[in-house]
Amino acid sequence: MKYYDKLVFELSKPGRCGFSLPEHVVEGYAPELPERVRRTEAPALPEVSEVDVVRHYTNLSQMNFGVDTGFYPLGSCTMKYNPKIDEEMAALPAFQEVHPLQDPATMQGTLRVCYETERALAALTGMKHFTFAPCAGAHGELTGLMVMRRYHALRGDTARTKVIVPDSAHGTNPASAAVCGLEVVVVKSRPDGLVDVDALRPLLGPDIAGMMMTNPNTLGLFEREIGEIAALVHACGGLMYYDGANMNPLLGVARPGDMGFDVMHLNLHKSFSTPHGGGGPGSGPVGVREGLEELLPRPRIVRREDGHFDLLSEPSEASAGRVSAFLGNLGVVLRAYAYIRLLGREHVGEVGRYATLSANYIKEALKDCYKLPIPGLCKHEFVFDGLINDGAREGVPGATTLDVAKRLLDFGFHAPTIYFPLLFHQAIMIEPTETESLETLDAFIAVMRQIAEEAARDPQLLHDAPHTAPIGRPDETLAARQPVLRYAKG
Amino acid sequence: MASFAWFPHTDEDIRVMLERIGVENLDALFDDIPEAFRHKGGFDLEPALSEQQLRAQLEALGAENARLKVFVGAGAYDHYTPAVIPALAARSEFLTAYTPYQCEISQGTLRYIFEYQSMICALTGMDVSNASMYDGPTAAAEAVRMCVASTRKRNSVLVSSALLPQVIEVIETYARYSGINVVVSDSVLEDVCEGVLDLAGVVVPSINRYGVICDYTGLAEEVHAQGALLAMYCDPSALAVVKSPAEWGADIAVGDGQSLGIPLSCGGPYLGFMACRQEYMRKLPGRIVGETSDAQGRRAYVLTLQAREQHIRREKATSNICSNESLMALWVTIYLSLMGPEGLRRVNRLSSEGAHYLYERLLATGKFEAVFPDQPFLKEFVLRPLVDVRRLQERLYAAGFFAALATEEGYVSFCVTEKRTRAEIDALVKALEEL
Repeated sequence: MKYYDKLVFELSKPGRCGFSLPEHVVEGYAPELPERVRRTEAPALPEVSEVDVVRHYTNLSQMNFGVDTGFYPLGSCTMKYNPKIDEEMAALPAFQEVHPLQDPATMQGTLRVCYETERALAALTGMKHFTFAPCAGAHGELTGLMVMRRYHALRGDTARTKVIVPDSAHGTNPASAAVCGLEVVVVKSRPDGLVDVDALRPLLGPDIAGMMMTNPNTLGLFEREIGEIAALVHACGGLMYYDGANMNPLLGVARPGDMGFDVMHLNLHKSFSTPHGGGGPGSGPVGVREGLEELLPRPRIVRREDGHFDLLSEPSEASAGRVSAFLGNLGVVLRAYAYIRLLGREHVGEVGRYATLSANYIKEALKDCYKLPIPGLCKHEFVFDGLINDGAREGVPGATTLDVAKRLLDFGFHAPTIYFPLLFHQAIMIEPTETESLETLDAFIAVMRQIAEEAARDPQLLHDAPHTAPIGRPDETLAARQPVLRYAKG
Repeated sequence: MASFAWFPHTDEDIRVMLERIGVENLDALFDDIPEAFRHKGGFDLEPALSEQQLRAQLEALGAENARLKVFVGAGAYDHYTPAVIPALAARSEFLTAYTPYQCEISQGTLRYIFEYQSMICALTGMDVSNASMYDGPTAAAEAVRMCVASTRKRNSVLVSSALLPQVIEVIETYARYSGINVVVSDSVLEDVCEGVLDLAGVVVPSINRYGVICDYTGLAEEVHAQGALLAMYCDPSALAVVKSPAEWGADIAVGDGQSLGIPLSCGGPYLGFMACRQEYMRKLPGRIVGETSDAQGRRAYVLTLQAREQHIRREKATSNICSNESLMALWVTIYLSLMGPEGLRRVNRLSSEGAHYLYERLLATGKFEAVFPDQPFLKEFVLRPLVDVRRLQERLYAAGFFAALATEEGYVSFCVTEKRTRAEIDALVKALEEL
């Protein structure tokens, strides 16, 4: 990667424009706006030619690393390969040119894609119905919690104001609960990394709306006692929420609906292979077990008896309400549909199995160099707690997880997720996914072993990494203390 | 198993890996899942399609959608997408990256988000923009939460009834669960002057749901006199020509970036934008990119002010939002780079020409009456129909148009973008004349 130091504003020259438009559609018909509502000064946007724009963003792209560039073992993010055909299908004009407020009769193709995707997600998760309204995983969590609150409210059970969240949960879980007006009660993990069922029992009572769980959890461990946990939460009158961020290893293997979960979300940009786009757009469809579908947000896509598809749009007393502008990120749903149809019933069973195979293979091959706090089988990901030998010596501090991550960049790999989960001080969370070859995994293992040796020999080499990226480590303290958050001419 | 394009595992690879792990077979990797929870038998999915079959299948499904000329806006605008945008945004380095956690190899993403923030600030006149949110209505709901968080112990928000219906509904949904009191108001300025108990904020549209460009003379002063914040919901495309939220004295600007070159796609993905005045910077939800430098003094961009966010603050975060709509922010950034101030002004003029031409032609048919005859509009307007709305719409659909969206008040709404030609407008009018 080469360093390129321009902002598009710095290419600007008054009088240039990168897109040509005709002079008029119907001359003489656009009246001057009244002064009281008219903008006084033109916005300070860049003035650049088309070729300037193309070169600038091409140059910017070359300072970026994606799944198509190389191995991207970012834990809990499921950075699997994104099939190219999905992009082409989502760009078909027949889908892109539909206005969301058209009569449902004029968008039957789009609605059929949604309906069939919903049926497939139901088959894979054991849920009965899904909504595509949530635009991301965290948005799905929030929507799912709203459904839970609606469930209790409709039963007149207004005392349930708390939700239980394990200490290993994604940060979005407690944050979503707070936005939904619920108080978070944290349940501890045991030393084996699983939810402490004994610690859970005393937390349960008539004030509990439910419990949020990720299974496998953020340590990549399957919560074996999920049956008992679900029974306990149900017995106290609460609902079970499944955070689908870690669904990938269970794809084609096991279903949250069979484990006692009542409400869940999926991340289509993780398990269903839609591209992450540099941080969105995602899609976080929310599923519910039978009997809870009336609580889902409106509008809802339904199939009528004559086989046609329709939208339930009118607000209803039971529904959680509207959570996004229209029907959600349907362009993302279309890609997930393509992925599911290509995978088919023949290959769906391979997703979770290969993802789990890859993760365990890396774990076993590196556990003599990196601390493995919890031995045994993992699912799609696992967590190391830093280097076994960090090379600390007189005058030179040992190499940290951050140093390992930065050094990996020099070898053409994206770094794993670091310093999460918070249960360990030096967490390195590795998720390889099912689309990586043995050769890629072996190359990664070899580099991780080399980095461990370098740390033991010369930790300063790691402190100074990356050595080959377009920039070195930036001064993040300066960025936060003296924020420069937009371009200023000067 | 038969080989499959996305799974590189040969039988030999699998054997080597299982041996290293020390388990017998693939299913033994799931021995930690209780037997009762392991799915037996197949999954009820369709059989796999080849890529060629998938293409045929989706083309067939696409053919089940009617191909219509769109003459409706109401929060989703059929502006033209220059070919440069999809060509650049499809670059794998942008498309297949995630949130720029490793900034040293994510300078591409971080730079375009910084440019995006700068452009949103330029359009709205605000000081600080976040890296984008899900869509306009959710950004408005977050603005309401921000008003409440910024005024401490105040819990009421006055929301204009002239906002788009979906914006009001999403605000109400979010507010309902966080205990915020939403008052929908038909006359915002009067209600604010009368005084609202515990008023934390006021949300108004820059251009309202009837297409009218609103005049908010005096509103910001009254809102601020009450110690509350003013949030303005805007169409960012129109901000090239209409008064900006900053010019109206607003504290927060939100809206949907879809009108900046993002296709309709039946409702998403779009992009919510959110910007505010400097003093509310640390209350802003979502990702924010900032400029700094590396040890060698090279200009560098990073995610910053992260102490506001869920991965650090968990339940005390300003919002639960994790990712943004990064790729759509790239679309918007490229769009605005191509257009510049002059291109965007022209998009507005061409849209306005078409809209005003259609407006006059429709009134001339005698089948409609003006609703707001003296109010300025840009590309969108409502009329009162003097004919049966259902028959009107059926006629339009049959002629290949999506137009005359019925509103709650019994009006019909039209929108004309620069994509619509004079011939299309004439054809629409002709279809109505035959009614």
